[in-house]
Amino acid sequence: MHYTFDIERGNFTDAGQASSSVKRTLKQLGVDPANIKRTVVALFEAEINAVAHAYGGKIDVDIDGEKIVMVVADEGPGIPNLDLAMQEGWSTASAKVREMGYGAGMGLPNIKKNTDDLKIDTKVGVGTTVTMTVYLT
Amino acid sequence: MKIKEIAELVGGEIVGAPSDDEYEVVKAFASDLMSDVLRFSMDETVLITGLCNNQTMRTSEMADLRVVLIGRDKQPDAEMLELAEDSGITIIKSKYSIFKISGILYAAGIQPLY
Ligand SMILES: Nc1ncnc2c1ncn2[C@@H]1O[C@H](COP(=O)(O)OP(=O)(O)O)[C@@H](O)[C@H]1O
Ligand SMILES: [Mg+2]
Repeated sequence: MHYTFDIERGNFTDAGQASSSVKRTLKQLGVDPANIKRTVVALFEAEINAVAHAYGGKIDVDIDGEKIVMVVADEGPGIPNLDLAMQEGWSTASAKVREMGYGAGMGLPNIKKNTDDLKIDTKVGVGTTVTMTVYLT
Repeated sequence: MKIKEIAELVGGEIVGAPSDDEYEVVKAFASDLMSDVLRFSMDETVLITGLCNNQTMRTSEMADLRVVLIGRDKQPDAEMLELAEDSGITIIKSKYSIFKISGILYAAGIQPLY
């Protein structure tokens, strides 16, 4: 099954809608709660990043009996130093993002922890594509 | 401890999804940082927070939280309440500070996450 969602630029009010909808779908499909949780936590953090640090983008989710593959692709500034960005506590979040409750610098490390495979393609001045895979077995 | 007992202890009011009288709260976690909430298991846990916006509800939904205690007399708006109802999350709102709420619940036997 394939699902697509748009992430609106700067829209913090609705950020998380895609992750919420994926959560409902996984529940309906009868995926076990532990796998649902790690999947949606990773997707949610990536979705928030696309709003908080970039100018929105698109989410693609593919689900088969074996795995869930999620691709969050944004248009944005890209990540100049990925090693630094992956460190716990590193954040360039704006005051507005912090006001919303984000900017602890724990998002990317937590995505890594919750997924079985993580790939980040990023180009400064162009955007970032985060590909996350969760195996269901 | 039942949700209604917690609400009573913190002089709180229950809004959002109706409280599940069977649900047993064992632990509490206090945070205004939503990414920190997403790092831990929130089983049998009440989130105590001063962050009162849509993202409080979205994060709680992702974290599988059933009950969120909003302190410092913050007022959830209509959209937040709707999100809470949609995802089956009960909100307790209290006028007390986070420190006071935490002290009361700790003294009453609610456990810390760690
Ligand atoms: N999609 C993105 N586009 C641009 N920069 C990003 C993106 N995602 C993450 N970053 C950068 O990596 C840092 C760390 O991200 P993260 O661990 O999620 O923490 P936080 O979002 O709390 O800052 C961000 O502060 C930002 O500098
Ligand atoms: Mg982040």
